[in-house]
Amino acid sequence: MNAAAFQAGFARALLDPEAAPPTGLRAAPGADLARRFAVYRNNVAHGLIAALALRHPAVQRLVGKDFFAGMARAFVQHHPPRSPVLLEYGDGFPEFVAGFPPAAGLPYLADVARLEAARVGAYHAADVPPLRLEAVADAAQDAPLRLALHPAARLLRSPHPVVTLWAMNAGEMPLGPVASWEGEEALVTRPDLQVLVHRLPPGGAGFAMALGTGAGLADAAAHCPPGFSQMGTLAILLRTGALVEGGAA
Amino acid sequence: MRASLLPPAAGVGFKPRHFEHILSGPQPLGFIEVHAENYMGQGGPPHAQLARLRQDYALSLHGVGLSIGGAQPLDAAHLRRLRALCDRYAPASFSEHLAWSSHGPAFLNDLLPLPYTEATLARVVAHVAEVQDCLGRQMLLENPATYLGFAESRIPETEFLAEVARRTGCGLLLDVNNVVVAAANQGFAPRAYLAAFPLAMVGEIHLAGHAAVPAGAATLLIDAHGTPVDDQVWALYAEVLARTGPVATLIEWDNDVPAWPVLRREAARAGALLRQAAQGVAA
Amino acid sequence: MDRRTLALALAGSVTAAMAFATPAGAQEPTREKCYGVALAGQNDCAAGPGTTCAGTSKVDYQGNSWKLVPAGTCTTISTPQGHGSLMPLRRPD
Repeated sequence: MNAAAFQAGFARALLDPEAAPPTGLRAAPGADLARRFAVYRNNVAHGLIAALALRHPAVQRLVGKDFFAGMARAFVQHHPPRSPVLLEYGDGFPEFVAGFPPAAGLPYLADVARLEAARVGAYHAADVPPLRLEAVADAAQDAPLRLALHPAARLLRSPHPVVTLWAMNAGEMPLGPVASWEGEEALVTRPDLQVLVHRLPPGGAGFAMALGTGAGLADAAAHCPPGFSQMGTLAILLRTGALVEGGAA
Repeated sequence: MRASLLPPAAGVGFKPRHFEHILSGPQPLGFIEVHAENYMGQGGPPHAQLARLRQDYALSLHGVGLSIGGAQPLDAAHLRRLRALCDRYAPASFSEHLAWSSHGPAFLNDLLPLPYTEATLARVVAHVAEVQDCLGRQMLLENPATYLGFAESRIPETEFLAEVARRTGCGLLLDVNNVVVAAANQGFAPRAYLAAFPLAMVGEIHLAGHAAVPAGAATLLIDAHGTPVDDQVWALYAEVLARTGPVATLIEWDNDVPAWPVLRREAARAGALLRQAAQGVAA
Repeated sequence: MDRRTLALALAGSVTAAMAFATPAGAQEPTREKCYGVALAGQNDCAAGPGTTCAGTSKVDYQGNSWKLVPAGTCTTISTPQGHGSLMPLRRPD
């Protein structure tokens, strides 16, 4: 058998716990070959499940350790990493959670996973000083203000109270009944080196996304709900380090 | 020949939780080592911490994702990322494993074994040469911890490594714990392995703890990096040093990472043996 | 609106705006801003997965039978539909 075919079989057997070990292996006299192969299989599964658990501590707390491990194992088996850069692994996990039938009773779970994925993305994003509120007036007064999202900024709109649920399960808020079950909009920023999670007023996420793609203030607020404060939300975005001065016109 | 510019002193695998401790005062360290793949994000705390540590310590960049023993071509994008890291941090050493970890588009996140044949030797030689050409530097290749072997293997591992080094000019990274783990699991004598190991090519030594788990009548050793270095590993390490003189030595502790004083003590123990070796006193 | 006017308008909005935008546990970072060492380890979590060159002796439970899974904190969270619940998880074959 050529090497590529052999490694293909080895890889398949690693990811499938029911598969027999590939042929051609040799163990020490008296050693159980399947048990030896199981070390590699366990290393792969355990390492990747642990990686997902590290990325999603709040999801794990919500569903419990065993359930999380089972869910992560199913994901790992069907979606192994596509890159050796493991800090990027798991981008597809929230979608997988959304479609995982045993978790259907927790419709908010995927959005909590999305928020946690956003935090990891923000953590590793490029280092750029955000536009400070105080700096808005600095440039020539007649120069138009062009805004873009900071590379670490992540926005999430949820029909569930995603920020509250995350905060309660990330040790940021005491765990308790959710006072009012309403959708929340989340903003994740990393103005310097600390990842921060904020709740935006309703309409804030869409407003920020529009601003980030070059829309003017009025246009960006066009679809926001009545009573939406452009100035107030812009102040929040600047204060949290969500914006940079946009590039060339 | 020494294939790395690491100082012949003790080092540790850097863990972010130890950052403040390491910078809080003088440490018994000549260098720190990090996994290259953990610094392939664009920015943020990992790079801020590494840049700060780099001001005080020599750096060993240790790759875990190149899949040098893979049947498929090396990942060109990954090589470019490694080159960018080398350009940015000017590490004293870059090392990788005699193992494979990628197949097709999947990265399997473990250091998987390969048979040792003329065909796999030619492929590993080509891959090591490609890495060295791309990075513009010599690399070190590490002996693996293995749990099984292959019926088709024809070349002893020590000979395989020596031949890769001879044909490519790469150096070797001798992981003494991997020798102990593989020897127990595959039924060979660690001293015989070390006697056959081309020590002149060794640019760095790794030490770590392993776990012993019962497996039927036998005991299986697992390269778990979650405990102090085993006594047998310390003893073999001292014997190696008596033959090589001082060589940069890393303590790896990747699971159940202990408080800094515990890891510091392990590094200091290696440091003491290195000083003895420098004086020509075998421990 | 020119920049000066905008800056003034923003300055006037800050207090009200910040009162609404309740950062979830996002108190101003007080220490080690420069290297991202977090106070309570939250940022360790934000790092997400890292690599390892080690194996593990911890064996993950690997069943293929039906298993009623005790829930985590989801059972304490009141949703409009009542308490959330998890279905029995059938481990993939």
